[in-house]
This record gives sequence, structure tokens and C-alpha cells, in this order.
Amino acid sequence: MVRYTGAEVQRMEDPRLLTGHGRYVDDIHLPGMLHGAFLRSSHAHARIRSIDTSAALALPGVHAVFTQADLAVPDVAQSMNQLYPAPVIHQDITQHPMATDEVCYVGQTVALVAADSRAIAEDALVLIDVDYEPLPAVVDCRTALADDAPMAHIGSENNMAGQLKSAFGDIDGAFAKADHVFTGSFMQHRGGCHSMETRGVLARDEPYGEGLTIWSSTQCPYLVRRALATHLGEPEDRVRIIAPDVGGGFGPKAGFYPEEIVIPVAARQLGRPLKWIEDRREHFTATTGQRDQQWDLEVACDKDGKMLGLRGVVIHENGAYMPYGALLPFTSVTPLPGSYAIPALDVRLDIAFTNTTPTTPVRGAGRPYGIYAVERMVETIARELQIDPAEVRRRNFVRADQMPYETGAKLRDGMPVRYDSGDYHACQEKALELADYAGFKARQDAARTQGRYLGIGVSACIEDTGVGPYEGTTVKIEPSGKIMVRTGAASQGQGHHTMIAQIVSDQLGVQPEDIMFEAADTGKFPQGVGTIGSRVTANVGPSSFDAAGQVRETVLKLAAETLEAAEQDLELEDGEVRVAGAPDLKVTLGELALKLAPMSGGKIPAGFSPSLEATSYLGSSGSPVASGSNVAEVEVDIGTGEVRVLRYSVAHDCGNMINPMMVDGQIIGGVVHGIGNALFERMIYDEQGQPLTTNYGEYLLPLASEMPHIDIVHQETPSPLNPLGVKGAGEGGTIPAAPAIVAAIENALADFGVVIDYYPVDPQYLTELIDAAGAQAAE
Amino acid sequence: MADKREITVTINGQAQTAEVETRTNLADFLRHELELTGTHVGCEHGVCGACTVLVDGAAVRSCLMLAVQADGHEVTSVEGLAAADGTLHPVQEAFWKNHGLQCGFCTPGMVISVAAFLKDNPNPTEADVRSAISGNICRCTGYQGIVAAALEAAETMRQEG
Repeated sequence: MVRYTGAEVQRMEDPRLLTGHGRYVDDIHLPGMLHGAFLRSSHAHARIRSIDTSAALALPGVHAVFTQADLAVPDVAQSMNQLYPAPVIHQDITQHPMATDEVCYVGQTVALVAADSRAIAEDALVLIDVDYEPLPAVVDCRTALADDAPMAHIGSENNMAGQLKSAFGDIDGAFAKADHVFTGSFMQHRGGCHSMETRGVLARDEPYGEGLTIWSSTQCPYLVRRALATHLGEPEDRVRIIAPDVGGGFGPKAGFYPEEIVIPVAARQLGRPLKWIEDRREHFTATTGQRDQQWDLEVACDKDGKMLGLRGVVIHENGAYMPYGALLPFTSVTPLPGSYAIPALDVRLDIAFTNTTPTTPVRGAGRPYGIYAVERMVETIARELQIDPAEVRRRNFVRADQMPYETGAKLRDGMPVRYDSGDYHACQEKALELADYAGFKARQDAARTQGRYLGIGVSACIEDTGVGPYEGTTVKIEPSGKIMVRTGAASQGQGHHTMIAQIVSDQLGVQPEDIMFEAADTGKFPQGVGTIGSRVTANVGPSSFDAAGQVRETVLKLAAETLEAAEQDLELEDGEVRVAGAPDLKVTLGELALKLAPMSGGKIPAGFSPSLEATSYLGSSGSPVASGSNVAEVEVDIGTGEVRVLRYSVAHDCGNMINPMMVDGQIIGGVVHGIGNALFERMIYDEQGQPLTTNYGEYLLPLASEMPHIDIVHQETPSPLNPLGVKGAGEGGTIPAAPAIVAAIENALADFGVVIDYYPVDPQYLTELIDAAGAQAAE
Repeated sequence: MADKREITVTINGQAQTAEVETRTNLADFLRHELELTGTHVGCEHGVCGACTVLVDGAAVRSCLMLAVQADGHEVTSVEGLAAADGTLHPVQEAFWKNHGLQCGFCTPGMVISVAAFLKDNPNPTEADVRSAISGNICRCTGYQGIVAAALEAAETMRQEG
């Protein structure tokens, strides 16, 4: 009997968090704990001549100052391991835990102070004397690959970090037979992480040789364990990583950072627990994010706007190091050509080193770039051929009857990109209806009579979710009758506990409140992957469903023997197994659990194993591909360049939903993140590589007062790739937001012929475009 | 070297006396000296609002106020919002029902800000609420659940009088 799966169950996590009883890394106080603060490079590129820590060390309350040379790791000459090696990487340059003789971005770790308090540690930082020899810095990815560009690294011959390509079909043939070829050239800028909780690491070397325990605000505890154990040359089981409550992740907490080596190693050398909590300014410069990509594309289409081929070149701003392989570049081009059936593609992406903070995925990873690029070309076709943009999409969408559909592109592992299910046409119609697209012209005309400029913009996206290879779950019934569920997957607020409790409750006939939940502790669950790429529901959903299903089978088999009844006559409900029609014949889950957990002298029933539990690593057999269409309606003040989002409509398809309320939460939060990308969030560096936006007065995040009400309608096309029919939902809000907003702004300014070639579209940039268009018209 | 003073602050109804460094801000005092870790620190420059507490009933950014400035005053942190028997404050209850939180990090400051706002504005419009919480940043929810929660809590509080 399904009672909870698919229902809007209130979250199990919330009462604790609402009353101030969460436990984030900085909430953990350990006896004898010291506090760390990092000295970070103030130069974008410099040679380090010397570091003098003596004055800092002499400050009362300071216990130690560490530079790279002071860290007792087996091989201090080693830079950090590449987390995701790939043949497309030409120069695999990663940083040292702390800089040795060169710094390559502002914010790079140079030294660590451990002191009685964070305040004293910061007092000591200013007493460290670093003798830098400044070097020329390369900042703009568009010129970083030129012959005369400064080198981002001493000893490099060029700044090309790597190069990759997505190509299929007869691209030359497509362009040869096209009725039209249109070009598009635009820069995209995505901002940083800006989880409200910054990063933090607390480490303790356990006193009786049990290894290291590390609390980290990470999305991927098992990745941190692997990387740290490898660096230390120790078995993974001697390194325990715990992700407690984590205050938002959005991608940048999924990597492995220098601080995650330095703090544990320093704690071990000090013989004291050591905590470091990133401050907000550090977050701007030391936490990875996304920034620039320059796209130059050509699209070939027939006279009706049907796309035949897409080709071009992308330059990707990589930042100074490559901690995270080429995942961000890969996810930028593999989603091409998005929701559309285009027979030929040829897009090359060059990865450019720059002297800026390294880049890694932020909500959506490269997908928002790739989808934006395709959507831009659709808008270009619509504008040039004077066809309604929604109609151009209709003419090009992959059709429902083509599912499963292979685009022709290949994934990182060489497997074909395959859309498992979906109905993009129906999804767009739902969005158009929700937005009253048909009624927009009247609204626009009415506003124009008042001198107001309204615009509407449509976008469509696909999102490959649920990347494997596994994320396991153990379901165990206790003698108390309570259910313990454990998984490796870390939550940063998504509501995993609730989602899993819904699935397990239905399998075992209990209430979600009967589920105890532990996650993201490598000491409690043997192996996991991490929370990235909208993968948890599509992996932990199936594994918890399967593990609970196996336990259910055991429960029914054991109950049948116990009650001397046939299995098919049994009902599992309210925490007990009953014989249908004989209400007195019953046994509780706790009693059954006890039968499989006897003490000395007891006996396990024949055919059963000790402990009423099961573990499953069942995931999705491939990547479930979610989809969506968005419609944004904006008003542009042509005097100030201010853009107000008046209305925002989403039609989204992530297959079957476990908890529609939480799916809505993911979508709305994701859309707002995407609107932030489109209008506000800009990480600015000057020509010397100095970051100019390092607080929330300078770097604008979306606020409640600027955000619209967002309307959502769901289409549920089940995924055939897992037994629940689910797809991921974490990034499908963000991916299509910027293209919808930008298209709406252009639509509002159609009379001026404004074409936007950059986002975020801030008021200054927009007024410049309007003024330029006005000047052109006046000529 | 650090200058220290003894202060007495009434926190969530209980008078607490402690010796603090004069440079310690109220947020760090609550979190690290009193181990009331429900108050969160998100930006340390007064923009994100995660550290919002009530001082003598008014919403204040505890990262921008020194602990010594709270001497002799009453502070309410998120831990003091629910009733003594554990019954959630109407704002907390409405956040739970309306999915007004995800990661929970901005939540204490958000809940305190909304509670303070509704005390003075019992019948707000959606625009009023959006303006009132524009000093609190949430990266997860897109604010919609929070706005819905604030409006519902206002309704509940009006009925309860």
C-alpha cells in the first residue's frame, strides 16, 4: 500500500533546524580544540622568495605556524591529486596543500596559524612576512590562449589546460545544404557557490591510534576520504569523514580542498583537535565557482527554421589549477544540442588557465552554459526568420515518439548520450498555458501605451541526472521495531531523510517517524560517491527501495513461518504482520528482528541470516534525463536599465515525484539561482587578477524583494531506468532560467533591436545597449 | 593583551554573567561562549542576516554588535522562540508546513526576522513580507516557501490574538 511515496510529507529534518538544534561543523566544540586561520596569497601571480613566520609564532596564544615545508606529509613535493584524470587534459596542474615557491591566484593557501582562538590566529596572520616577487598575471580567458599572453604558471609554454570536442553527424554537409546560416557570439558568466554556510574543517587525531576523524562541510565525504588517505599513504578505514549538517552545497563543496589536507595533518602534528571555518571573504577567493565562457557558434537551418547543424568554439576560463579534472568543460558541451533533434554537431572547447580562483561546477555545472548557447541560437533563428520562438522550438524538439533518443554525442565515459523518456512538446505547451503566452501581446500592448516595456522569453532544457555508479543504502529493523536507514549520501538541505523515509515506510508498513536516519559518515556506511549532479533520488531512491524490499521479503517469509500462514495471506501494516481475516494472528517487526538477533544459546531459524537487514546499491541503469520549459515575463525600465521579473512559469518533468513539495522547493530555489546568474551575480577581477567583489555589497545575490512568484506545473514521464521511475530535480530549475530571462529582455527591447551578448545583464550594461541602439537608429 | 569586561545579559529569559573580550561580537559570544549555536554566522559584514537575534525585542545583526553592548539588555535567539513546553512558535510551525527551509543555515535569522516583523505588522501583503526579509539571504529556497510561511503565520497570529 503506497501512502507516502508521492505525498507532500512535511520534512523530518525541520523541527531540529527550526529550533536552532542543527549541528554544522562550526557548532562542534571538542575539548582541547585549537583554531586555525590561513594566510592566503594577496597576489594573482608571484614567486615566493621567502616566508618568515617567527613574529607570528612569538605571539601569545599561538601554538604553531605551518607552511608547506612544515607539513609532515610523506612527500611534501607532491601537489594534490587529480580527482578526475582525463586524456583531454594537456597540463594537469594542481596546487600544493600550501604554496611552495609560486602562487597563482589571490586566495591560494600560503600558511596556517593554529592558536587558542580564531581571533588570535588572525592577529598572527598579519605578522607573517612573505617576500613576493610579483609576476604578470593572465585574467581574461579570451586572450589567455594568445601567443603573447603572460603564462599563468612559471615554466608553462602556453595556457591551454586541455581541449575537448563534441562532434557527430555530417557537419559540412549540414552547412552546405542549409538555407540559412546564423552566427552567435556571446560571453557567459556564472557566479560562485555562496552557500550560506561557508566551508569548514575540524580534525582530530584519535588518541589510541584509531586514525583521523574529520568533520567537513563536504558534499562528498567518500571522495575526501579517498583523497586524504591517498595523500597520507594510509588505509581508507583509518580516515573517518563526517559531513554533519551542511548549510548548502551547490557544487563547490563537492571537491577536495587544500584545507582538507592541511587541517588534519596539522591537528595530528599538534596532538590537538583543530578547527578552521572559512570566512566570507575567503569564500569569494578560496572556494571554487564558475565564471566565464566565450561562445562563438554557427547554426545551419532550413527556411522553416529547422536546425540542421551546430558548430563552433568555446573558450573556458579554468582558473589557476585543475582540481576537478575537466568535469565542468565536459558538462558544458555534452548536453548539446539540448532538447532538439539536430543531426550534426561540431563544438570544440579550449580550457584556458588564468590566474584566478579555480573553477568547478556550481548548480547545473556546465549545463547552464551549454543549454544557454543552444537557446541563444534558437532565439537567433526566431529573430532572423520572424518566427515565434516557441514555434521554432516546436519544429526542432526531439519528439516523444523518438524516445529513447540518442543525440549522437558521447558522455565522459564514452557511452552515448541517450534521453530515456520525456515529451518536450507537451511540456512546452504546459508552460505556455501557465504563462498565458497567448495573452501576452495584449499585456505588452497595454503596458506600452503607458510607456512600459514588457517582454516574454521562452526556454527549454534537458538535464542528464543521476550519474552512477552507485549510492547504497542499508535498511535494518531493530528489536525495538524502529527502522535504521543508513546511506553514504550527504545532504546539504535537499531533504534526503524525508525522501528515503517515505520510500522505506511504504515498503515496510511503518510511519516515516519510525525511520531513524544516518548519512554521510564514512564510519557508519562503507562506501559512497557523493551528492552532485542531481543524482541522489535516482540512486538512493532505488537502493533504499530495493534494500527495504529485500527486508520486506525476509519479514514476510519469517512471519509466515512464525504465524504458520501462507505469505500471500499476510498484511504488513502499522509495524506488524497480520494474517488477513484473523486480526489476532500477528507478529511485530520488533519481534521478528529479535528472532534474527539472538544472544548466546539462541538459534537463527533455518534459511535465515543474522540481523533483519539488507543493503542495496541498486541505482539507475543509465542517466535519467529530466526536462523542462520556462517562460519569463519581464519589465525593462529603458531609462535605468532595471529589469523586473513580473512572472515566471515552469513546466518541469523529473519523472515520478517522491515528494512534490520538495521537488517544488528544488525547482524554485534553482530558478532563483538562475535568475541571479542572469541579472545579478558577477565575480569581477581587475587586470592584475585582484578580485573586486568580495562581499555581499559588491557581489549581488538574489533577494526576496527582487524575486517573482514562480508558478510550476509538473509533467511526470516516468524514467524506465529505475524501479521508481524517478529522475533528478536539483538543477532543472537553474539550467533554463538565464536563457528565458535574456530572451524576455530582448523581447521587451525588440523595437530597439537590442541583442544581448553577455550575462549577468546588469543595468549599466543594458542602458549601454539601449543607448547604442538608440544612437544607431538616430543615424 | 585583549581587554576584557564582565557583562550580564538576559538570554532567552535567563540572566547570564560572563567575562568577554571587548572585541568579541554578540554572535561569537552566543555561539562560542554560551554554546547557543542556533545563531549562525554567514557573512560577518551585516548583509546576509543569518545571525539575526532580538535585542530588547528588536531584530539585530549579532555580527555587527559587540557582546559588551548587550550588557544589561535582553537577547532572544532562535533557541528561545518556541514555548517552554516545546510548542513551536507560529512562525516556526508555518516554516515547517510551507517548506520554508532547506539547508537550515539562514533559517534561525529568517525566523527571528519574520517574528519581529509580524509583531509590528500583523496584516502584511506579500510585497510587505518580501521587503521585510530582503535583508536575509537564502540560497536554497528561492524565498517562496518563506513568504508563504510568513503570510500563514501572520494569519495564525491574528487569529490567536
